[in-house]
Amino acid sequence: MSAVEERTFVGAPIPRKEDAKFLTGQARYVENLSAPGMLHLAVVRSPHAHAAISSVDLSAALAADGVVAAFSAADLAEEWGGALPCAWPVTEDIKIPEHFPLAADRARYAGDGVAVVLAESRAAAKDAAALVEVDYEPLPAVTDVAEAAADGAPLVHEDFGTNDSYTWVLQAGEIDEVFSSADVVVKERYVQQRLVPNAMEPRAVLAESIVSSGELTLTTATQIPHLLRTTLSGVLGVPESKLRIIAPDVGGGFGSKLDVYAEEALALALARRLGRPIKWVEERSEGYLATIHGRDMVQEIELAATSAGKITGVRAHLTASMGAYLQLVTPGVPLLGAWLYCGCYDMQAYDFSCTGVFTHTTPTDAYRGAGRPESTYAIERAVNALARELDMDVVDVRRLNMIKEFPAPIVSGLEIDSGDFEGALDRGLEMLDYDAFRSEQAARRESGDTKQLGVGFSTYVEMCGLAPSRILGAISYGAGGWESATIRFMPTGTVQVMSGATAHGQSHATTFSQIVADAFGVDVEAVEFLAGDTAVVPLGMDTYGSRSLSVGGIALYQAAGKVVEKARLIAAHQLEVAAEDLEYENGTFTVAGTDRAMTVPETALQAWTAHNLPDGMEPGLEATSVYDPPNFSWPGGCHIAVVEVDTETGDARVKRYIAVDDVGNMVNPLVVAGQVHGGVTQGVAQALYEEAVYDDAGNLVNGSMTNYLVPSAAEVPSYEVDHVAAPSPTNPLGVKGAGETGAIASTPAVINAVIDALSHLGVTDIDMPASPERVWRAIEEASQ
Amino acid sequence: MIPAAFDYEVAADVDQAVSLLGQSDDAKLLAGGHSLLPLMKLRFAQPSLLVDVGRIGELSYVREDGGAIAVGAMTRHADLAADATLQSGCAIVAETAAQIGDPQVRHCGTIGGSVAHADPASDLPTVLVALDAELVARGAGGERTIAAGEFFTGFLESALASDEMLTEIRLPKLDGPSAYVKYNRRAQDWATVGVAAVRQGGSTSVALTNMAPTPIRAAGVEDALAGGASAADAAARAAEGASPPSDTNGSAEYREHLAGVLVGRVLESLGG
Repeated sequence: MSAVEERTFVGAPIPRKEDAKFLTGQARYVENLSAPGMLHLAVVRSPHAHAAISSVDLSAALAADGVVAAFSAADLAEEWGGALPCAWPVTEDIKIPEHFPLAADRARYAGDGVAVVLAESRAAAKDAAALVEVDYEPLPAVTDVAEAAADGAPLVHEDFGTNDSYTWVLQAGEIDEVFSSADVVVKERYVQQRLVPNAMEPRAVLAESIVSSGELTLTTATQIPHLLRTTLSGVLGVPESKLRIIAPDVGGGFGSKLDVYAEEALALALARRLGRPIKWVEERSEGYLATIHGRDMVQEIELAATSAGKITGVRAHLTASMGAYLQLVTPGVPLLGAWLYCGCYDMQAYDFSCTGVFTHTTPTDAYRGAGRPESTYAIERAVNALARELDMDVVDVRRLNMIKEFPAPIVSGLEIDSGDFEGALDRGLEMLDYDAFRSEQAARRESGDTKQLGVGFSTYVEMCGLAPSRILGAISYGAGGWESATIRFMPTGTVQVMSGATAHGQSHATTFSQIVADAFGVDVEAVEFLAGDTAVVPLGMDTYGSRSLSVGGIALYQAAGKVVEKARLIAAHQLEVAAEDLEYENGTFTVAGTDRAMTVPETALQAWTAHNLPDGMEPGLEATSVYDPPNFSWPGGCHIAVVEVDTETGDARVKRYIAVDDVGNMVNPLVVAGQVHGGVTQGVAQALYEEAVYDDAGNLVNGSMTNYLVPSAAEVPSYEVDHVAAPSPTNPLGVKGAGETGAIASTPAVINAVIDALSHLGVTDIDMPASPERVWRAIEEASQ
Repeated sequence: MIPAAFDYEVAADVDQAVSLLGQSDDAKLLAGGHSLLPLMKLRFAQPSLLVDVGRIGELSYVREDGGAIAVGAMTRHADLAADATLQSGCAIVAETAAQIGDPQVRHCGTIGGSVAHADPASDLPTVLVALDAELVARGAGGERTIAAGEFFTGFLESALASDEMLTEIRLPKLDGPSAYVKYNRRAQDWATVGVAAVRQGGSTSVALTNMAPTPIRAAGVEDALAGGASAADAAARAAEGASPPSDTNGSAEYREHLAGVLVGRVLESLGG
């Protein structure tokens, strides 16, 4: 293994190491795995959004061909050491309902599990599940969050006497004075519709048990093997030492696999009980009911400003749907945006509150961006409303209010470490050719074209890279925000990397290898990335919140530094010089002023044979680092959407999309571009296509890929992606999170563009998704 | 995603397919499978027997037959789209086939499967209704010909008997312009509304997709055009006699509006 001459991998757009196996169908997802004697699990789910359960009759299912066992909630009650966890009790008086893997006497959403069937084949389990007879008494249900918050609504948890779970407040500055003395106040109300994450791979689990020792192994499509180990240990009542979690190849998550699910606990409990491996693979339509949903809140936002357009304060109140239960971080999701209702704008006063409300729906939880798409949408639309009120250009209002000096304490109480909001705006305007756009827009309006053009801006900042552990503690999050990395040289000079951050599409194997390759002057193919198995990587905080690079990558960088320091001692000993006389560059130690040299891989062989190490040195060349970030990561930038609206059909299409992001230094621009493309498409999806719709009885109407409109490449243009770089001064690589910026920034850009296209017709508001019918009705109403 | 249990037979020819159909009350023919299999996976359809007709190669053809164009029922959408005989003699069928679903659907799906499935949101049935096409079916009692206007009897229901197989579609050779336009939100979606218009022998026929439980003729539009109305005035009568569904892609009211817009555009595209 030769050192690579003068080559730096960090910053290079190299193709992904992991692509070949995914693109050729050789990845190993849970669905690809089997174990001898395996049984298949099917879950019987409530068809009612709210129903009392008086009996569960398993006899017909048990009599069916191939069925081995079947259980109701009562049958399994003894299995649980605790309920499914909510790890983020955001207030002291939060109401957290007990949530066991199966519902016993009350189903609280359509899809709530009430029984399980185990059979020798998946088809037999599915057939028999239909034979379980559950005696339901349907009860009134409420799925709309505003209705659930109103007096007299059906209660999801009657014991609480209310559907409110909590109210969380954040205030700063003289808010009342700012608003009472403002020249102008704009007040807006927005609805964040409910979204279904739709990871490409549905959830799936395979649980195995060694009865004699009590050891349990769960292979599961998850983002969080380490958090699962800790939490499921409590649910199953087994010590962590007996529980191993493996996340094999995982096909996407977007937050939907950042959870502790009933099926994971059920499979483990049943493997333990029956002594046979248990497999469950979610059906796509089942996933629409059984996997967490995202967003779903009503936002009321007010801006106070001077007549010149200077914003002085913001008030925001959220009514956020929790769904029927609190999943792992459900209550905290809206609060991940709580500090960002000021956007990237300087102001003096801040008033935020959020009330979490139970509804008879699938629980909500983190979905790509988690809280920050919501805050960005609200402030970016409200800024446009202010511009409209003052008859100012939307660009001018933004520029006037943008934070321009860093580090920047913001009104909500945190500090943005670095940024270049104005630089991103300028670059975006240049790419757009703003004047030319407005000319073309005016010409189309003048000619009365049925296809009108609009432009929408979203100048955003977000906080990610979760997170400083002390801050997480201060806001009652149940875990820390650090990440671990171990680097181990093998005798042949290849490098094992063990990371607590796991991949489900983010390209860890490539980008983490790039960091390691540069640290040691080896090729990226010499680096072996190991993650996603608690037996291989015992310490980890897992992958979510755009944290892998800005936290896990820094741990890796620091571990590499420790390895180099040990290698230096070995090289100095071998070369018979003092350690400080060695120069280190590109993986090679050189005795200053001579050609005597030794590479890190060569020291690794010495460390392994241990024939001639310095006195007292332990054999082996490896190091571990655990990194706890001192601040969040603060990406920002400017996204611009150009939308064409057919004023007759109501069809709105994105014609151009410009994304200028500051994600600090980039380890791999190709990977960043992939994240931006995917994230923007998810944001466009919220703006124009996706919405989970419930009927009056509380059934999900569009729980299928036929009528839940996930857009494809055919619905979006080629994106124009560029960057400004304001490297983070809080970490040694100068990196920032890049996994969620697209989803956070894009939705308001698109909606602002749709409204802009129709503004000459008097349209000032449109709900998401801006479906053709909604657009058509908005035009009709404005013309009356 | 997991269908109920079913038996499966491969038919070597039409006679065997018809014979197998007759052996079971709820047998279904399997052609391209892109409509039937999703319904089975969702257990909305649970046939006890699938008769696979996908290997009856003799039913894949487009040929001139006297004054008509004959299309074998097992001709795939992609082959329709690329067929020179259709492109010159009945272009609307080739152009519509090119708009169906996505490439995978177009390479698996067949004209006979699409028509026999009788989904009012499908494109080709509407085109056949506008063309006054003839549909040839074979059953145990022999062969018969059904007019397209009488073939579609209800939502997912056709005039085919349970032991009959659609074998051929007979299309007119057109002497005037024709066009099919549909509106859908995603490229691969079924039409929210679609409109087929055909000018033949100086008169214009117009049919609508997804505006009723079956494809329907836009009688009001045709009547207006026959009376010399302008395209815009005729389009205003697009929804006469329609009974469109309401779903997450649009309310009935929106569909009635959209039908008017699309009829106007189709008629404009045909020219004066």
